[in-house]
Order: sequence, then C-alpha cells, then structure tokens
Amino acid sequence: MQGLRGLLAGAIVSGTPLLYATLAELVSERAGVVNLGLEGIMLVGAAVGFLTAASTGSATLAVAAAALAGALFNMIFAFLVISRRANQLASGLALMFCGVGLSALLGAPYTGSQIGGLGEIRIPGLADLPLLGPALFAHDVLVYLAAPAATVLWWVLFFTRWGLGLRAVGENPLAAFAAGRDPYRLQYQALVVAGILGGVAGAHLSVGVAKAWAEWMTAGRGFIAVALVIFSKWQPLRAVGGALLFGGAISLQLQMQAAGVPISAFLLDTLPYLLSLAVLAVWGGTRRHAAPGSLGRVFQGTE
Amino acid sequence: MSLTRIRPARTVRFLLIASMLVLVCGHGAGAQSLKVGILHIGSMTDGGYNQAHAEGVQVMKRNLPGVEVIEVENVPEGADAERVMESMVRQGARLIIAASFGYLEPALRVAAKYPDVKFFHPGGYKRAPNLTTYWASTPEAFYLMGMAAGRTTKTDKLGYVVALPISFFLANINAFELGARSVNPKAETRVVFTGTFLDPAKEAVAANALLDQGVDVLGVIVDSPITVVQTAEKRNAYSVGYHSLGAQKFAPKGWIGGIAFTWGNLYTRFARQVMDGTFKSENILGGLADDYLTLGPFGPAVPADVVSLLNAKKGEFMAGRTHVFAGPLRDNRGVERVKADAFFPLTELGKMDWLVEGVIGQPR
Repeated sequence: MQGLRGLLAGAIVSGTPLLYATLAELVSERAGVVNLGLEGIMLVGAAVGFLTAASTGSATLAVAAAALAGALFNMIFAFLVISRRANQLASGLALMFCGVGLSALLGAPYTGSQIGGLGEIRIPGLADLPLLGPALFAHDVLVYLAAPAATVLWWVLFFTRWGLGLRAVGENPLAAFAAGRDPYRLQYQALVVAGILGGVAGAHLSVGVAKAWAEWMTAGRGFIAVALVIFSKWQPLRAVGGALLFGGAISLQLQMQAAGVPISAFLLDTLPYLLSLAVLAVWGGTRRHAAPGSLGRVFQGTE
Repeated sequence: MSLTRIRPARTVRFLLIASMLVLVCGHGAGAQSLKVGILHIGSMTDGGYNQAHAEGVQVMKRNLPGVEVIEVENVPEGADAERVMESMVRQGARLIIAASFGYLEPALRVAAKYPDVKFFHPGGYKRAPNLTTYWASTPEAFYLMGMAAGRTTKTDKLGYVVALPISFFLANINAFELGARSVNPKAETRVVFTGTFLDPAKEAVAANALLDQGVDVLGVIVDSPITVVQTAEKRNAYSVGYHSLGAQKFAPKGWIGGIAFTWGNLYTRFARQVMDGTFKSENILGGLADDYLTLGPFGPAVPADVVSLLNAKKGEFMAGRTHVFAGPLRDNRGVERVKADAFFPLTELGKMDWLVEGVIGQPR
C-alpha cells in the first residue's frame, strides 16, 4: 500500500510540469503553430521563477513572474513565425537554444540559493483519509490547479467563440479569415497563453519540485510534451491522462528500484518511452482526432 | 552551440585586485606572479563537484597573492573545452586545471601544443610530460560515513540516489554499506539510479521513492546534492553530502556529515611547483591521509561517540592495518567476490561491477 501511495504521489508530481507544458503546446498547435521552443520557454520560466523566489521570498510572485517571462519570451517566436512568416520548426529550435543560454545566464548567480518554494497544502480532512489520501491531497498549489487548467482550456477551446476561432485558424486560416476572424491576432493570443503555461511548467520544476535551479534542468521535458500533444490527440482532457501516464512511468521505475525489484536500471529507464510507444501503437491509426489541418503551415495572408 | 560564458565582471574585478596587490607589494617583494586557468563543467555554486574545485582555487589565491585566475564555468566537454584552454594560454595562463573527467582528451591535445604550460586533470587515466593527474580514493571515506549513518539510522534502512551504475560509484556504495553493517548488522542500503547527472526534479522523486520505503538516511552521487539533501530534510530524514560541504546549509537538522574534496592546499602546491620550476608530471592518488579529502563536519543528529569511533577506524585504514573491501565478501546475488584473507585493492576499483550483500539495487 505504501508503495502504491508513493507511486501515485510520484506520478502526480512528475506529471504536473508535463501537463502544463503539454497544454502550452496544445493551445499553440490548435492555432496551427508547432512550437519546438517549448523547452526554452520552460527553462526561462524555471530560471525566472527561481530567481524571483530567491530574491523576494515569495513563491506566488515567482510563479507569476515565470508566467510573464514565458509569455514575453514566446513573443519572440510569435513575431518570427506570425509577423515575419519564418519557418516554425527552425524558429522553434532557435528559440529553444536561446532559452537554454538565457536561462543559464539569468540563473547562474542564484545557483545554490536556498528558497522556501511552493509549500505543501494538505487538504483538511481529505489528506488524512486512509489509503490514498496523502498521495492525492498533500501537494503544492500548482498540482491542484493542473487538471482544472486542462478543463478550463478544454471549455475555452470547444465551447467559446474565441476557441472556435482559434481552432478554425488551425484548420484553415483562410476560411477563418473569410468568416471574419483575424488569424494573426488569434495566433498571437494563442502563443501568449502557451508562453504563460510553459513558464508555469518551468516554475513548477524549479520552485515546486526540485526547489533548486540547475542549467537545462528541464532535461527534455519540453520535447516529451510535444509528443504528449500527439499522444493526447490535441485534446486537453486526454492530456491529463497522458501526462499522468508518463509521470507514472517515471515514478514507477524509481519506485521499483527503491523497492528492490530485480530489473536493470537501464531497462527501467526506458519504461516511459516503451509505454508511450505501446499506447501509440494501440491508439494510433484512427483519423478521427487527427492534427489541426494547417498545423505547421505558414499563413501567407489574404492578398 | 556553446554554453560557454566567461564572467567578465569577475575577471575584471580580479585583475583590479591583482594589480593593486602588485602595486602594494612592489615588484621586488617576492610575490611571484602566475596566471592560472580553470574550466568547470557546471556551475561554481552547485554545492557539489564544481563548487569543490572553485573553493580550492579561492584557497590557492589566498595562499599565493601573486596568482591571477581565469575561471570559466559550464564549459562543454570536447572542442569547446579545447578552445577555452587555448584562449587561456593566449591570455598568459601557465597552469591550467581542466576540472572535469571529460576534459582529459582536449587537455592532452592542448598540452601537446604548448609544452611550456602545465596542465592538471582530476581523475585522468593518461598523462603527458606537462600534464599531471590527481584524485583521491574515496571508498575509505564512504566506509566511515557508512559507520556514522549506520549508527544514526532508526529504521536500519539507508538510501543512495546515484546518477549511473559506474564502477567507482558502485565501490563507494559498497564501502558505505560495509561501514554501516560494521556497526549495525541490520543496516541495508537501497540504491536508485536516475540515469543522468543532472535532473533535479527526477532526483526529488527518486529521493521520495526511497523515503517511501522507510529509508531514513539519504546519500547522493549526482552533480549537485542540493535537491536530495533538501528533500530528506523536509521529510525529517538524515542526509550525507559528497564533493563539497556546501550542501550542509540545506539540512540544519538532518545533516550527518559529508565527504568533501578540499582541493585548496593541493592547488597551492601545484601553483608553487609551476612558479619555482619544480613541476614534474605525476599521477597523484590521495586518500584519507591527505589534506584534500575531508570528512565532516558532523551534524547534531550524529551520536556523540561516533566521531571517536570513526577516528579509530580512520587510523587503522591509514596505517594499512585494515582494508575496506576485506574478504570474505559476497555480492547481493550471493556470488563470492572476495575470498577470506584476501582484499579487493583500491587501485582496481575500475573493475568493480557488483554490489555487495546488503545493498538493494541492480549494478547493471
């Protein structure tokens, strides 16, 4: 029971930054923009969040600063791919490397600083429930807000006029334009939201989980998130499941090692990836929830 | 892509101080001058490996006022490291410390080009006429820390978060478990490999996984111990540091002690050798007897008699009366690895590919 509780708590903690990152990529791709710079946005969020926490002592301020920094940083990308009509993949990779360098520069003076970070909030009553209470109801505030964030995003995308316009731009910007929407404006707005979510994902790593800053501490999570978007078929609610599954695989292999299960650590380390391959093989092939129609294409305007 | 950053502010500040010292001391005051270059693989404030080297350089600067330092952080191994070393030579460095294992090949290449510049490499297995290698053998220190942990634990379960199952790390874990068992026959050590030297968020989850299994002492062998030590402290567990003692401030209650490299005096000797022309290429392998491998300081959680217990054992190691890997030893699958009356020599650690009985973990 102790093992299951640890597994679940670890899955939630590992899955939360992945979920925010996945939502960031998802909203961007729904508007037709592939953003491979997510890793860089997360790193900028992680560094800015950590340095804000280290210098002000406020974790709330840290998350807010990380969200703002993520949004601002993503505007560089937005300017390139929307206003300058640059190639999305190349711009995204450039943004990633820029984020790696910028975050290293920002974070360096604060490496080794001690921060309080996001505190654990025990939900009164629920956290003391037998069995899974402590695993589910003793986390920091960003964990509790992750699934609701996905739900809100789902509602916004599928039940509001703004979301409809955004998805239309992702499917066919010309048609959206003909229907009176401004594709550029909607894509900019989507990338602001993506930047905020990416920044929060990074802040959760540095201020929530690790309570430390280290260079390139995202360790590839930004790219896992890009894969998780495909995995969740561009559906925010499925992203919750995907992030939890992937976080669960990370947590499972560490828990199995700690419990002394006699399997090679190298093999266990590939578990998250094996799992995603397996699920893709089982779920793949249906065309019903395929990618947005104009994903990755540059909207050349209407003239 | 290069992540290399030279810290201009630091260099300028140091140049100012150094030139002031030269003015104050006067040219004939005997303060010989030497430019020293050092490359770090990570951040100098990581509370771990890199901080230990950086602190060593600070001690050298204090001991030798004539020394000027060019310090570069986050230098990737490979061609970037070579370029940084060349640039240091062009700036006048005559002593270069290439402070990461992966800098060995680049350092050898640059050393071949500049025979007048002396190079120093930690842990290297190849030398050159102008390249000295140095390291300290750590299993004895891990054994002693294991004794402290074995006496401090209340659950008899110890844990280690380790980057990769490399032979030297396996040897350290084995020594830790043997030390723990020597004072506490029920002590077991659980190991979790994270697969990477740097992923603090994963280290936090790994530390929690061990704590979930009832482990109440956590040790760590990754680049920066900060996250694991903090996680242990938060859950009221004990922790053991490694590389630098800089992590102690993260665990005011649960800190047991640390094994640290205090390179300062060794670096001072290196600089003196280069300044007075007595340098010769060596392979230095130190141990407990040397001033650059330090134990402690011990935290409030450690029972009072432990320090004298450790000192007695330390004396035995230093006198050669006892060995860390003294037989009979079996691995954790029951295979006999060291016969009775034999011992596994510390010079052969590169061949250790097993985990000793009492360690719960997979060596491969």
